[in-house]
Amino acid sequence: MTTSTTSAMRNVESDFSTTVVKAAKPIADPRQSPVVIRALTVAYHRKPVLWDVNYQAPSDALIAIVGPNGAGKSTLIKSCLGLVPTASGQVTFWGKSYAQARSRIGYVPQRESVDWDFPVSALDVVCMGRYRKIGWCRPVTKVHRDAALACLERVGMRDLAKRQIGQLSGGQQQRVFLARTLAQEADLYFMDEPFAGVDAATERAIIEVLRELKSQGKTVICVHHDLPTVPEYFDHAVLLNMRVVTAGPVNEVFTPENLRKTYGGRLTLLSEAVDAVTRASIVR
Amino acid sequence: MSDAIYSFVRVDMLPLLTATFAAVTCGLLGNFLVLRRLSLMGDAISHAVLPGLVIAFLVSGFRNPLPMFLGAAIAGIATVVLVEVVQKLGRVEPGAAMGVVFSILFALGVLLIEQASARHVDLDADCVLHGQLETLFWFPPQDWGEFISWSTFLTLPRQVTTLAGMMIASFMFISIFYKELRIAAFDPELATTQGFHAGLMHYLLMIIVAAATVASFEAVGSILVIAMLIGPAATARMLTGSLLWQIIISVMVAIICGSFGYASATAIPAVFGLDSVNAAGMMAVVAGVTLTLAIIFSPQFGMITKTLRWRKLSMQIALDDLLGALYRLAESGAESASITQLATILQGREIAKGTSQALRRGLVSRFGDMLKLTTSGHKAAATIVRRHRLWESYLVDRAEMLPTEVHDQAEQLEHVALQPPGEPVTDPHGRPIPRDREDRERANQTETKRPKKNKP
Repeated sequence: MTTSTTSAMRNVESDFSTTVVKAAKPIADPRQSPVVIRALTVAYHRKPVLWDVNYQAPSDALIAIVGPNGAGKSTLIKSCLGLVPTASGQVTFWGKSYAQARSRIGYVPQRESVDWDFPVSALDVVCMGRYRKIGWCRPVTKVHRDAALACLERVGMRDLAKRQIGQLSGGQQQRVFLARTLAQEADLYFMDEPFAGVDAATERAIIEVLRELKSQGKTVICVHHDLPTVPEYFDHAVLLNMRVVTAGPVNEVFTPENLRKTYGGRLTLLSEAVDAVTRASIVR
Repeated sequence: MSDAIYSFVRVDMLPLLTATFAAVTCGLLGNFLVLRRLSLMGDAISHAVLPGLVIAFLVSGFRNPLPMFLGAAIAGIATVVLVEVVQKLGRVEPGAAMGVVFSILFALGVLLIEQASARHVDLDADCVLHGQLETLFWFPPQDWGEFISWSTFLTLPRQVTTLAGMMIASFMFISIFYKELRIAAFDPELATTQGFHAGLMHYLLMIIVAAATVASFEAVGSILVIAMLIGPAATARMLTGSLLWQIIISVMVAIICGSFGYASATAIPAVFGLDSVNAAGMMAVVAGVTLTLAIIFSPQFGMITKTLRWRKLSMQIALDDLLGALYRLAESGAESASITQLATILQGREIAKGTSQALRRGLVSRFGDMLKLTTSGHKAAATIVRRHRLWESYLVDRAEMLPTEVHDQAEQLEHVALQPPGEPVTDPHGRPIPRDREDRERANQTETKRPKKNKP
């Protein structure tokens, strides 16, 4: 009973905050924005996971989607990519539908979502990122293999190209996934927790690649779990808990108050977040 | 043509070919079922096509391949859809959903057959299980010259030509859609986002599996179909880490199952004066045997390899621990140590194993109950202790751990043939780190060589 009451209260709160943020946002041409989400609602077994989500992403930015477990972060990404049926709403990419913009959009699923015992090499997996460019029923040619090797090089994995993926460490597997996304040569990237369970070296490698992508004018949207690193790694944040609590530049939206609205009563996470915000403001 | 060859061609060749075609067809397609962890789906489809077959048979009134294929394909797709529906609405695991769907559909098929046989229709539930390979007689032309001709081709039993066609179709399906099948099996979400709809690939595969099942069914029966959908692919999976090789090996295993299974059902019992046994059953047994052999003997993933690797590692650890303990005792002035003393130091470790190994390699010498490092043993022990202490100082300097908490970590890392960077002289506890003589000698050698190289 108590939980549902608090969550209801939180919803009311977030209703207000959404209105405020909406009014404060400068109105940009949605055709310029890499992704515009309008009134998106997603439900599993009639239980809403995302409720009336509205968001317009800025271009060439690193954007973090943060929120508590079960807030619908992965679902938001998947519904943008048409992997999850939506109850209502519309998502456009540069003013076009997903089917039209498909080749400009890359996706890194969660590492656990695939079977790592699968009999393919790291290079094979990276080549999969180019299948769209290769097209139906055509073989993977040397041009594409070379491009894939170059992507492995960028994440520091060229030497392990021939290794079967099951023999790689968790961090190396995540880098293979990242290289595969680079091989897609997209303009907008969706990544589902790329930093989950990786070693420090891989984390640095990933963030370097993200910054490189940003400098090339690309947009990256990451589901991110680690609150303390949000201000360091990302420029924009979407605070999500079934609805968009607030969204915008990290230094504007990443405040203790907004985090409290997003995370509700989870005090440990909250204090961690407040720490992060304080630390970030000192850095700034 | 000699009589022996003629009789082989007449009696054995067609069953052998038919069985091998069926085995290769199912073996090929099975690769993708095994990879998608859908092995049971082959089982499900091969049972669930039965009602489709019977209905098609009842509607068309005779055994015409086309309506039967259609009936089976529809039943195959219905199975896949029903499994998904039961899984979602019933909220059960995929295995349970498949089990429920195929047993009910198979039962429905059996009921339909009973109804049909009451109306004197020739359909037999037994033949569905074992097939009727042994009935494939052929009366070929007496002359070799007439062999390759259209009229000879037409005298072949329908099962053989259907299966040959099905085998070619499966080969083409896999070679044309190799890339798409692979991405849909490995990462369905990525496949879908790239426009290769994973669901579509899934249904395409299931239609081909259903068709292959029907083509194989009548000749070899559903037991062999299930065995061949899973056996060769699972065997090949044990033997390689590459998908292409897995497919090639699975085809070879399927050929072995087909030919060797047929031979051991007919020729081998004949040698001992026994009646031949059911060929399809024997092939399934051969498939089981090859899988068992692969599980035991696979050089990469087999049980023997695993056991040996594990033994070698545990031996190495026992040896390293013993040498390390003796070295540390020698550091504190005790040149030799008794086994009981070592037992208190190395509590819970395998001392006997380490000791016998060290004695065999001449790394320690034994005087009664006392153990002492030999010269070579001292050198080996120094390397281990050096690695241990290098890791300790690395963990303190770089990983910012406390000197009190690094010992256990280093205790594990010392067994890895890998050295952390840096050349500290003492460890975080102030103990000296043994120098690596070989390393320094090698460094000196390259230094002295270098100036010579520059001279013309």
